[in-house]
Amino acid sequence: MLENFRRNIRSAGRGWYRFELTSVQPPADRVCSRGEFALAPQSPLASIVEDRLMAFTTREIESPDPVTRVAAADARMRENLGDIGEKMVLNMGPSHPATHGVLRLVLELDGETITKATPDVGFLHRGDEKIAENMQYNQFVPYTDRLDYLAPLSNNVAYALAVEKLMGWELPPRGKAIRVICCETARISAHLMGLGAMALDLGAMTVFLYTFTEREKLYNLFELLTGARFTTSYTRVGGQIRDLPATFIPQLEKFLDDFIPQLDEVDKLLTRNRIFVDRTRDIGVIPRERAIAYALSGPNLRGSGVEHDLRRKHPYLDYDKYDFEVVVGSAGDCYDRYLVRVEEMRQSVRILRQVIEKLPDGPINVVDWKNMPPPKSHVMTKMEELIHHFIVVTEGLDAPPGEIYFAAENPKGELGFYIHSKGGGVPHRLKIRAPSFVNLSILPELLPGCSLSDVVAVLGSLDFVMGECDR
Amino acid sequence: MDYYFLFTSLAKIVALLAVVLGIMNYAVYAERRISALIQDRLGPNRVGPAGLFQPIADAAKFLLKEDFTPRHVNTFYYWLAPCLAMIPAITTLAVVPFGSTLFGVPMVIADINVGVLFVFAIASLGVYGIVIAGWSSNSKYPFLGGVRSSSQMISYELSLGLAVIPVFLLVGQLRLTEVVRYQIEHGWMIAPFIGDWANLHKWLLAIPMLISFVVFMIAIFAETNRLPFDLPEAETELVGGYHTEYGSMKFGLFFLGEYIAMITGSAIIVTLFLGGWHFPGIPDGSHGWGWGLVNIFVFFSKVAALIFIFMWVRWTLPRFRYDQLMRLGWVFFFEIALVNIFLAAIILAYFPQ
Repeated sequence: MLENFRRNIRSAGRGWYRFELTSVQPPADRVCSRGEFALAPQSPLASIVEDRLMAFTTREIESPDPVTRVAAADARMRENLGDIGEKMVLNMGPSHPATHGVLRLVLELDGETITKATPDVGFLHRGDEKIAENMQYNQFVPYTDRLDYLAPLSNNVAYALAVEKLMGWELPPRGKAIRVICCETARISAHLMGLGAMALDLGAMTVFLYTFTEREKLYNLFELLTGARFTTSYTRVGGQIRDLPATFIPQLEKFLDDFIPQLDEVDKLLTRNRIFVDRTRDIGVIPRERAIAYALSGPNLRGSGVEHDLRRKHPYLDYDKYDFEVVVGSAGDCYDRYLVRVEEMRQSVRILRQVIEKLPDGPINVVDWKNMPPPKSHVMTKMEELIHHFIVVTEGLDAPPGEIYFAAENPKGELGFYIHSKGGGVPHRLKIRAPSFVNLSILPELLPGCSLSDVVAVLGSLDFVMGECDR
Repeated sequence: MDYYFLFTSLAKIVALLAVVLGIMNYAVYAERRISALIQDRLGPNRVGPAGLFQPIADAAKFLLKEDFTPRHVNTFYYWLAPCLAMIPAITTLAVVPFGSTLFGVPMVIADINVGVLFVFAIASLGVYGIVIAGWSSNSKYPFLGGVRSSSQMISYELSLGLAVIPVFLLVGQLRLTEVVRYQIEHGWMIAPFIGDWANLHKWLLAIPMLISFVVFMIAIFAETNRLPFDLPEAETELVGGYHTEYGSMKFGLFFLGEYIAMITGSAIIVTLFLGGWHFPGIPDGSHGWGWGLVNIFVFFSKVAALIFIFMWVRWTLPRFRYDQLMRLGWVFFFEIALVNIFLAAIILAYFPQ
């Protein structure tokens, strides 16, 4: 899969993804500077990068107030484009109800039609990748909660699987089944939010509250499972913090039984609603080849008719043993992306029912006494285990040197972790391939030609999370 | 000078204003409770029994907030706009007959012979409040809201005007009390089964009346800027649109103006199509002041029922896009209303009673 990742770098011709990848695998002629890197002028990449650089300079960001900032952006845009005539530059975000967090869009409007859109990301940048370099593998788990904070469990799982790949570990069957439960419940919860937020942006607030009620029930399940409703931090490298509680499976079954009728209701409110269909059909169309060129993933890619699902293509967690369909759209418009999400929730329910049916017994964690903390009862009573515990806690895992890339099919798309290890308990470099970031990179191509009202439909249908995008 | 007339008119104005402002405040409360009902929530239920004092708390909040005027606005128009949004909505109520008679006094403030023209003339002024608010705020989102609003309201005003013409073809007068009187004698416009139900002519006429009613109702939705036509506000697109830069009671005036416009709109629909204060089997005010009060109650009950429909629609449907809304207005409703006039005229001319 590392080869796969390298190939990605070569194939990702457009979009921000290219910069992202070159930050891990820099081309030889890269000139590194603080913040955004610049390329040497003779580099073949330079021409692409030149017009794709974020339009906003440090000076602009550091200017005293937002009004001046917008004015600076406005001035700069006029400078670049010469005279933009009657057009208006409109700043949307970072605090705007439809930008789902802190995405900022600088839109150039001709009437209400958008002629140019420049997204500005990074308002939620916390330097997670750098933080990871100073942390033992297990200490980074809580940070993964805060990537896609609408589906923290699946981030936990993806990260744990990545490090386990580095360690060369394979989880026992029950552990895998529990992780599948985590991933699929998280997927339902994230898609519910995506769906509700899209409907809310289009004015249908009631749908948002319906989906939120269902999410609340899922949060109750998460609380039962992990002790936390939002920041779950459930997995560890080599397993989970605890087994399923006795009451979990019956409650999950009850949720699944109640959930499908609720989903049908949402379906009825939107899918054939004339206003909703008019607002989303043929809006924000991503053709198949553009979706691939921009390296989109998840429902946004499948909405464009590409049958690509990592659960199917590179089965992890025994996903190949479950019977489910990879949902694909055809037109690649907002409506298709919406339909893909609705249907994916049904498929998740289908997977969950299968997991419940054949949930195996047995251990849930990897047995490796050198690297896993021993049971607490032994630590308190036995010298050898006490020493092991001390070593494992203070020094972390004894990871082999090498590099791996692992990607999981998360609700938002392909969440990948690239880990470069030089041995020892901390990664030398940890790179997160955030699906929201890559998915947003298509905005400058997607938005021009839309009207201002379509922006909210497009943003809602792309279903991004800025926590993940900005890391 | 007729002091009696002056006194009764003043009393009616004060009473109507008090009732309507009360309804308006409780319409806000009802909106929140009904939306909660639709969305499986509770809604405001803390202030007083079942949250009934919530409107008072809200009003106090609006009044006590700092009345802040941003520095970049055009102050005069910025202050003028909320008044312009509120005043026309209330003024329209002057010509609407809200009851039969009470102690021999007709329950309409000004029974003028151009009633419905007056309604349109004054109600159209409401758009100025929004346009001026958007323009004077000197800010981009309100500006877009103001522009959207002006084009939206102007295009829907046409359908609004055309939709009522069949009613006046039938009644032969613009005076709103006459419209109500006609409906008392011949049955409600859209309910031919009331009164002389075996009359085929009435059933035939009900077809254009029903079309008028639907077009008029939808146009009123657009006029009052309520979802699915709330584009000037468009919370998630324009972050509040024309009133983005407003706060405290000036925002409150826009907010309440919307509700007043909704009440006024419902009152006009009730008067034109739903028989006004008439209800089968209930005599009018000449049979005693008790019946007069019942007539007023019937009128406001009908208004409340319509307001409920307004709210129901708002919490069910998504919002239109700007160009779709304009297309709907110009290509669809305008044509329907136009054809409907001919339909009504043909029925009146070739199928006499």
